[in-house]
Amino acid sequence: MSILSSGAIALAAQSVTLAYEEKCIAEDLSVAIPEGKFSVIVGPNACGKSTLLRALSRLLVPQSGQVLLNGRDIQQQATKTVATQLGLLPQTATAPDGIRVIDLVARGRYPHQKWFQPWSDADQTALDEALRATDTQNFADQPVDQLSGGQRQRVWVAMALAQQTPLLLLDEPTTYLDIAHQIELLDLFQRLNHDNGQTMVAVLHDLNHACRYADYLIAMKDGQIVATGHPSEIITADLVRQVFGLEALIIDDPVSHTPMIVPKGRYHY
Amino acid sequence: MTSLALKKPNAWRWTLPISMLLLATVSLLIEQVSLDLQGLSQFFTQSLTHYQSVIIWQWRAPRIIAALVIGAALGLSGAIFQSLVKNPLGSPDVTGFNVGAYTGVLLAMALLGTSFVWTVSGAILGGLCSAILVYLFAYRNGLSGFRLIIVGIAISAMLGAFNLWLTLTVSLDTAMTAALWSAGSLNGITWQKLLPCLILLLLLIGAATLCQKRMRLLEMGDDSAAGLGISVNSTRLQLMLVGVCLTAIPTAITGPIAFISLSAPQIAKRLHPHHESTLTGAAMMGAALLLGADFIAQYALGQITLPVGLVTISLGGLYLVYLIRREAK
Repeated sequence: MSILSSGAIALAAQSVTLAYEEKCIAEDLSVAIPEGKFSVIVGPNACGKSTLLRALSRLLVPQSGQVLLNGRDIQQQATKTVATQLGLLPQTATAPDGIRVIDLVARGRYPHQKWFQPWSDADQTALDEALRATDTQNFADQPVDQLSGGQRQRVWVAMALAQQTPLLLLDEPTTYLDIAHQIELLDLFQRLNHDNGQTMVAVLHDLNHACRYADYLIAMKDGQIVATGHPSEIITADLVRQVFGLEALIIDDPVSHTPMIVPKGRYHY
Repeated sequence: MTSLALKKPNAWRWTLPISMLLLATVSLLIEQVSLDLQGLSQFFTQSLTHYQSVIIWQWRAPRIIAALVIGAALGLSGAIFQSLVKNPLGSPDVTGFNVGAYTGVLLAMALLGTSFVWTVSGAILGGLCSAILVYLFAYRNGLSGFRLIIVGIAISAMLGAFNLWLTLTVSLDTAMTAALWSAGSLNGITWQKLLPCLILLLLLIGAATLCQKRMRLLEMGDDSAAGLGISVNSTRLQLMLVGVCLTAIPTAITGPIAFISLSAPQIAKRLHPHHESTLTGAAMMGAALLLGADFIAQYALGQITLPVGLVTISLGGLYLVYLIRREAK
């Protein structure tokens, strides 16, 4: 946990037990998200990574233990207060029929607005910046449902950016995108992390993407944290076998010089 | 970079209120004052005969105000439930909340008497109970809009049968009153009857306006809404309460009027330049539709005045067939 000793903790789960009704997903789980870093949660399907993200973002109430945001129990803080600290890109967002890009992105300003308060200059600035950062201003006037998958995902990111939160939680943001759009989106997150110092927490499926972009990798299996740390410190063939049950060769990524996982299989070894 | 404008000015926003106003003026003055410039200037400058003044201000004015406000309430209620259920068929007149409100009215009339307070409370309670019933039966690991609609139609049919049984069992007097009520009519509305409901409805319309922003955010899915700082469950409950009351109170005054809730929000949306649903549009369209339907009910068949519910059901039936065909595709 070398990275944690040097920096502050933005968000932490303290021995939380996470369950949906009867089904227990994770027990006595603790994890800390370092401030200003790009953290990535990886693990096999149904290991509880999205559930953990839901708990970290206040969507799921832990059965025991607590999630701390700025050192205080997140469930004790008002939804709207949390929404000024923590932005969320869920998997299940649906754009209302016919809504224009600009109107959708403007909704990200909700947590900053008070009742009957008109649209302010700060709102307009945040909106313009969000559109520019995601390069969506060229189709800001178009209806969201007429955009391509990659463009649409950038619009949802823009909405989360307009929220101007120090923390951004992303639940499988690259799913359903082609490889070029995946890289484009991950580059965007990295730029936001570097330029704005925004703390990022993403659930990713692609291990190589995770290794390339993460400052802090959280590997999960069966509702437990198996390893945490910088990818080059923790990624080994053993860990990949332990977490994913996959034989793999770890080589140096010739582009980013981070670990690169080359999977073996029954017919290729 | 120049700032992008959030709102585009549009001429559309004036067409609905102006046509509403015109229709209201015509309904107010028809057959009493000649509807040309000369007649209108006489109406504003000369005093009316006692007979004319009774007809216009005591009979017609409350009826028109009732049509406008009740229509707006029904339109709003439809918009709220269509948004909650995320389906254009999810309005309270399809899922039977207004039939439930009518059951409440019947029970109140049979057991407690026909006073205003009892009918209104009966309607609200009946509407709430039927809404709770529909939600309970439709709930299975979360709510699916379509299941809720199917369950609503089934419960609405059962409540309809129950209502019929009630009218057959109660005393003849109550049954007669109930039967008159069941078609949904604006006949015999007086200022005295109207005012208390009017105040209640205006308060509810205000409450709906306050919920509007959160309602729109809820349409993006529970997770997105919660991420933006909405308390999802309490917002949904508030919207349901306001929506049920907005359909129950009109039912207490006029009896069940179908299809305004169903069609007003959708027509308003289609007329909007960006095809956006707005509560204002739904309310104005509801008001215009009910006023128009009541006009047809009064004047279409010469001397015979139809219950307005009959007109909305005939017009709305056509619309429903169209909607189901479109949804089925």
